Amino acid sequence: MRVAKRLTEQKGVLQAAALMGTEKNKSLLAEIGVAGKEISMATPNDLILAVKAENQQVIEEVLGNIDRWLQPPPDRAKTIPLRTLEEAIARLPQANLAVVSVPGQYAAREAQKALAHGLNVFLFSDHVPIEEEMSLKRYARDHGLIVMGPDCGTAIIGGIGIGFANAVRRGPIGVIGASGTGIQEFTTLVHRAGSGISHALGTGSRDLFAAIGGISFLSALEALESDHQTQVIAIIAKPPDPLVLANLRPRISRCPKPVVACFLGLPSKEFLAHVPGQIARTLDEAATLAVQLATGKTPPSFNIEPSALPVLIRRERAGMNPEQKYLRGIFAGGTFCYQAQQILKEAGILGYANAPLEGNKRLPDSHRSIEHTLIDMGADEFTAGRPHPMIDSRLRFERLLAEGQDPEVAVMLLDFILGFNAAPNPAGDLVPAIAGAKQEAQKRGGYLSVVASVCGTEEDPQNLKEQIKLLKETGAVVFPSSAQATQFCALLLASGKKRG
Amino acid sequence: MGNKLDDLLENGPVAINIGVQDFMENLKIQGSDVLQVDWAPPAVDDAEMLELLDKLL
Repeated sequence: MRVAKRLTEQKGVLQAAALMGTEKNKSLLAEIGVAGKEISMATPNDLILAVKAENQQVIEEVLGNIDRWLQPPPDRAKTIPLRTLEEAIARLPQANLAVVSVPGQYAAREAQKALAHGLNVFLFSDHVPIEEEMSLKRYARDHGLIVMGPDCGTAIIGGIGIGFANAVRRGPIGVIGASGTGIQEFTTLVHRAGSGISHALGTGSRDLFAAIGGISFLSALEALESDHQTQVIAIIAKPPDPLVLANLRPRISRCPKPVVACFLGLPSKEFLAHVPGQIARTLDEAATLAVQLATGKTPPSFNIEPSALPVLIRRERAGMNPEQKYLRGIFAGGTFCYQAQQILKEAGILGYANAPLEGNKRLPDSHRSIEHTLIDMGADEFTAGRPHPMIDSRLRFERLLAEGQDPEVAVMLLDFILGFNAAPNPAGDLVPAIAGAKQEAQKRGGYLSVVASVCGTEEDPQNLKEQIKLLKETGAVVFPSSAQATQFCALLLASGKKRG
Repeated sequence: MGNKLDDLLENGPVAINIGVQDFMENLKIQGSDVLQVDWAPPAVDDAEMLELLDKLL
């Protein structure tokens, strides 16, 4: 990941990827037009470094430096490395958690070893076969352990963030989440509403699928029920398989603590009628409800004052050309892309996406937007061999500039995710692209509205206030949550229709 | 049942990190006790052989 980032940062490098030579990775590279004899000959034990540059000289420079970049930093090289889990356990016998982020095809093996040594597992790796997930989770359940994952981005345990997590206050609200950015948004909103988080346990994105049946979900529920700090339990997930829900329902209904359920993705009324606990439609609603239940008080609103919205809409609309009518949502967080599609659909706005919610169309080419388009830049087609957009803004930067060239774009919707392990300056990374896209619109005699949300807290390493300030200085309208930013975009588009 | 997960919630994470080194560093920054395993892909890329090796070692 570090090498890939370093490569993309080199002057003159247009695209770069660093990944192991597995068949899956090779086909992902082929999809983005990177192929050749050396690549087809690579084995899973080879590292493929693919670089597309402005000229041969840049390639020569990269090749000249690559051995040095692959060396560990000097401070790390000094310590004697631990080669195996067993060596680490011998040094840290009180260990109670393994954090596993090795490539998917090796991840289950490492996770199983950790479980066999009595460690809970946070499994960040994705591309783990579902049969292996099932076997790991069954083993964990039978031995009083949990597997958070695979594809688990976020957890918070006793105030310690694991993976992509924010610095949030400790408090009475426990979370079970199948979505990393969903957990991040929920926990930061709870923090901003003055309350806090006891623990947030990730389950992995497939835990509520029929094949798994919610094994980690149930372990998490049981643990949060008996946890003294936790007074309210929030569930953040896409709608589960109906059979899984039917099985979980009586169990959730028996929960002695209040439950708030947020199943993103427009679940049907029939579905919602079967969900026990209080229902929240968005992450914002879930946070407000959970804080209300935990404190007995309505939390101070983290919404922008509604009376301020018409003024903002007029301001953002004023300079637009009549042909500017489309929204482009360019997301780092997959859940934000999903939630935005839900909110826009409710507002009657349908379009294209690379991971479409029912009602929207799949983009034929993820790299080219059509009409209203919402893009999850963390999807496989963008992250093969490259760091996730939460770590490296390069691809989002380029996409913003490309969207800026389209005279029909009226508004750009962006998310910025702060916290541990995220980029040190996510807003700062994209500010030049925002400014560039706005300038392009201005040159055409129009105005590009950029609407953003920042997920984070002032205790995060990036500092929430500073990030918001940077975005506002570039002329972006900044909202405290992705749901509100999306709702504002819907209002802005509707106002254009009325006018047109 | 549930005791090891309960222990984790009760005592906070004491972690062994296998993979992305930044995860270890950020756990350390937050005051968590953590060790890094310097993981490398197994030299043998054959699931059956690996299983045998795991049993032997």
